[in-house]
Amino acid sequence: MSVDKDTVRRIARLSRIALPEERCAPMAGELDGIFKWVEQLNEVNVDGVQPMTSVVEQRLKMRDDVVTDGNSANALMANAPQGEDHFFVVPKVVE
Amino acid sequence: MSLPSSLTDFSLAEARDAVHAKKVSSKELATAFVKAIADARPLNAFVTETPEKALEMAVASDVRIAHGEARPLEGLPLAIKDLFCTKGVKTTAGSHILGNFIPPYESTVTQNLWDAGAVMLGKTNMDEFAMGSSNETSYHGPVFNPWRARNSNQNLVPGGSSGGSAAAVAGNLCLAATGTDTGGSIRQPAAVTGTVGIKPTYGRCSRWGIVAFASSLDQAGPMTRTVRDSAILLKHMASVDPKDSTSVDVPVPDYEADLERGVKGLRIGIPKEYRIDGMPPEIEQLWQKGIDWLKAQGAEIVDVSLPHTKYALPTYYIVAPAEASSNLARYDGVRYGHRAEGAEDIVDLYEKSRAEGFGKEVQRRIMIGTYVLSSGYYDAYYARAQKIRTLILRDFTEVYEKVDVLLTPATPGPAFGIGEKTADPVSMYLNDVFTVTVNLAGLPGIAVPAGLTENGLPLGLQFIGKAFDEATLFRAARAIETAANFTAKPAHWWRAA
Repeated sequence: MSVDKDTVRRIARLSRIALPEERCAPMAGELDGIFKWVEQLNEVNVDGVQPMTSVVEQRLKMRDDVVTDGNSANALMANAPQGEDHFFVVPKVVE
Repeated sequence: MSLPSSLTDFSLAEARDAVHAKKVSSKELATAFVKAIADARPLNAFVTETPEKALEMAVASDVRIAHGEARPLEGLPLAIKDLFCTKGVKTTAGSHILGNFIPPYESTVTQNLWDAGAVMLGKTNMDEFAMGSSNETSYHGPVFNPWRARNSNQNLVPGGSSGGSAAAVAGNLCLAATGTDTGGSIRQPAAVTGTVGIKPTYGRCSRWGIVAFASSLDQAGPMTRTVRDSAILLKHMASVDPKDSTSVDVPVPDYEADLERGVKGLRIGIPKEYRIDGMPPEIEQLWQKGIDWLKAQGAEIVDVSLPHTKYALPTYYIVAPAEASSNLARYDGVRYGHRAEGAEDIVDLYEKSRAEGFGKEVQRRIMIGTYVLSSGYYDAYYARAQKIRTLILRDFTEVYEKVDVLLTPATPGPAFGIGEKTADPVSMYLNDVFTVTVNLAGLPGIAVPAGLTENGLPLGLQFIGKAFDEATLFRAARAIETAANFTAKPAHWWRAA
């Protein structure tokens, strides 16, 4: 299977990356090269093998359900490219 | 010892002992390194220098030393990879999208270091979001390796992604540095700069406050000039952390205490699959030399097999981009980071901000990750890769019934020229062929300098250990360090620039 320009456009959209039209064909070639190389994984027999979920044998830890931090609105807003009071400003979402 | 010009030649251990013995002040050390960093700007190893902070911390350390309150790393100047969030100090992850990001919090690893008394010199250059093996994907431009081939003026890469940290350590711009390793990003740059770097077991160091690339693979670790220095630094980086549920509550031993125990009786495995096609004879010879050194010191050499080794790199290039595409979804131009001008709507804002903010390699990996996770492809790519990962770990588990540690080459070759491998992504990815299995299996691995090529460029060997058995890695690496007696240093060509 090969990666074509339409696939690249679809993936770019899903990735939320504006890809200029002239980059679509080169990107298709690059991704195609990588996926061709990855195809060797099809040689491996994975019947009955469980997918890895954790490299270290450890039960997922639970913490106490209490507030540990908060009241940091100023710190949270400090790096916002555009904000007003304690709100992030974005282009209009709903007409 | 009082000459500032020689202070930068100290190892971390030597500096620690001199500072504790009050033979050298922390301020003298910091001043010497601040100057060395300023003189080394042609290397582009640092993206942010923090000289005022360094001196302020050093003076505070001197006060503590005078009061007899010295902590283990008191007054020792370190460089920090720009992937670690540092409170109030710009943290860019080598990316334009985080170009002006000033974290309001401190990563756990760096906090541990400051709590142990260490001093911050600045933030080191790196491949964008740690995606690269040559430091050439950095938004801040490439780093030059302090090493050059004999009779050559060609600039070489320092490896990546922790290229700035590796160059800073190799060029004596700090006593030691922090790095992170997702597929080899500590060990590969360490190997090609003649320095020591260890990726600890997954869970040994907290990932909290480290800008995430691939969360199931990322680990922080030290980069130093000696094995002892890595043993010292890892002790103070590692901790179990309530802020990282994957950090593991396993006691951190005193690695330094065990360092000189030697390799007598140690069973060292030589995995045959690491003898890859087209491997340069120099690498093959170095590996054999390593085997001979260990044998001479009483280790038992055992030939072993890790049959799924060849599938590790392609598996990595599914798993890591998949996790990256998810982790990097947070860069949207809204809450922090770069925001594009003139967006028509919210989706346009996301798409333009991310197109402008991410470099080419990062965009490529996000797209690979998005593709392998997308509907209809998940089972064929991602689920299959995670199954092969299970088989890769199983290979190691079986081998560790017969041996204590494995010896392999660290890289398929020495440092290469700037721009030499950027055209073909797969040829760049192959730099990590010996290191990436370790991340997939969550195991610890250490790179130690073992010799020079015919042209005088450093080469390293790698030990791979059992989970949480970093102590044996340090012992084994120390044995190679002793036998190799690697004393070569790069000429300080950048100072004349």
